[in-house]
Amino acid sequence: MAKAIQIDERDNVATVTSDVGVGEVVEVLSPEGEVLTSPEMKGEVSFGHKIALKSLEKGDEVVKYGEVIGVASKSIGVGVWVHTHNVESATVPTSAYAEGGA
Amino acid sequence: MTVFYGYERPDGSVGVRNHLLVLTPMDCSIEPAKKIAAQVEGAVAVTQHHGCGFDWMVANTLIGTGRNPNVAGVLLVGLGCESLTCEVLAEGIESTGKPLETLVIQDEGGSVRTTEKGVRILRGMAEEVSELQRETFPLSKLMLAVECGGSDATSGLAANPAVGVAADMLVDEGGTVVFGETQEMTGTQHVLARRAVDAGVAEEIHAMIGRQELRMRAAGIDSRFMSKGNVEGGLTTIEEKSLGAIRKGGTRPIQGVLGTGREGFDYPSRPGLWLQDGTGSDVPSVTGMVAAGAQVVVFTTGRGSTTGHAIAPVLKVTGNPGTYSRMGDNMDVNAGAILDGSGNLRSVGEGIFSDVVEVASGRMTKAEALGYHDFIVYRTSGLAERLLEVCPPEALRGGRGLSSEAALEPGF
Repeated sequence: MAKAIQIDERDNVATVTSDVGVGEVVEVLSPEGEVLTSPEMKGEVSFGHKIALKSLEKGDEVVKYGEVIGVASKSIGVGVWVHTHNVESATVPTSAYAEGGA
Repeated sequence: MTVFYGYERPDGSVGVRNHLLVLTPMDCSIEPAKKIAAQVEGAVAVTQHHGCGFDWMVANTLIGTGRNPNVAGVLLVGLGCESLTCEVLAEGIESTGKPLETLVIQDEGGSVRTTEKGVRILRGMAEEVSELQRETFPLSKLMLAVECGGSDATSGLAANPAVGVAADMLVDEGGTVVFGETQEMTGTQHVLARRAVDAGVAEEIHAMIGRQELRMRAAGIDSRFMSKGNVEGGLTTIEEKSLGAIRKGGTRPIQGVLGTGREGFDYPSRPGLWLQDGTGSDVPSVTGMVAAGAQVVVFTTGRGSTTGHAIAPVLKVTGNPGTYSRMGDNMDVNAGAILDGSGNLRSVGEGIFSDVVEVASGRMTKAEALGYHDFIVYRTSGLAERLLEVCPPEALRGGRGLSSEAALEPGF
């Protein structure tokens, strides 16, 4: 089964450890290797990218490593790919990357 | 309580290796120094390549290297007319009480006589050192440097968090951990400052990262931008990227900032987690942390690095299972086990902690077995640092980072 890692217990995103397709069930593992939750994927997500573990509303903090890495720029459902298209950074507009910048 | 087996030095510090260091103040005397080291078992010759001119930033890194407890004895070899003299290095090293001798080529009558005399001195030191026995010591005598280089998407996901687990374990057992690469802390100053032991340290952290951002702006680089490859690999914001980089140092309180500049070179004054204000380039960064006293280095690398160090064992951890199988001659630990489910962050982290203790106790790393002696002394431009002090920040226009990928990439 596909897997994702939740690095810190406060995180609301997890990182997938392989490419995963729509409808696949992903086992989200704790640092100790326990299965914390098993969301169903709402889209394709590539290895190393993140999925939401909780429903996020626009303006909600996105937390990884137990720290805020950005803010949701639109609502994000459980199992949805989390990246520059739906997260805004406090330091650099993520649109800079979407435009092919950086 | 975990213990390791090391060699006690006259100043009470504990070495995990018994290297003999042939140290030259600059590269004009490195050739005879290399010939001397080549003839004596356990000896290694190092120098710096910033040319003739006195710079405390360079001098202090060389002094720190000589003071490192992994060095059992030092032979200084100078030419005689250099600005940074053997005398300055000797003054910095001698309080450790370890065997220390000096040869000056112009006084000895050339390099051949210097080499002959040097080999004889060093042979004597080798015999003396060989009588030292390893004894058990608590982890409060151990300082670990953590570094990342040649990173990929697995670094922030597997290797760095696993090394962070090991770093926390070492700190919890009374040990010392240091990590540097100031430019990779960009965007995380608030996180690091919150973990500072007091307000003064929090201020130092903000000042250190602020200074680095200023340097990058002056170079036309906006340090807040990531490379396209970073974004394609799954990193969404600079905060996420930097948090992945600093995770290798674990999560414990930050005791302070270790300076490496001309104002002074700092050594940790107590155990715990420390930051070093240093370069983002791998080998000079490791050289700086070993000069500050680290006896063991853990180096995370996704794409695969071969690096070792002249006087410290470097344990290489990759989070990429493909890199581990392709570069098995260079990789010590497969943190990729976290990705394929055969391990988890905690179990791999505990394994790295055990590896650190075993390596400290004498087990060779792959870079050591291959005889890799990387050593590069870093220095900032004294001119640029002075100009930055007097230049109003608003005069420094930041770039978009378009030409900055090379500057942003190293280390992470």
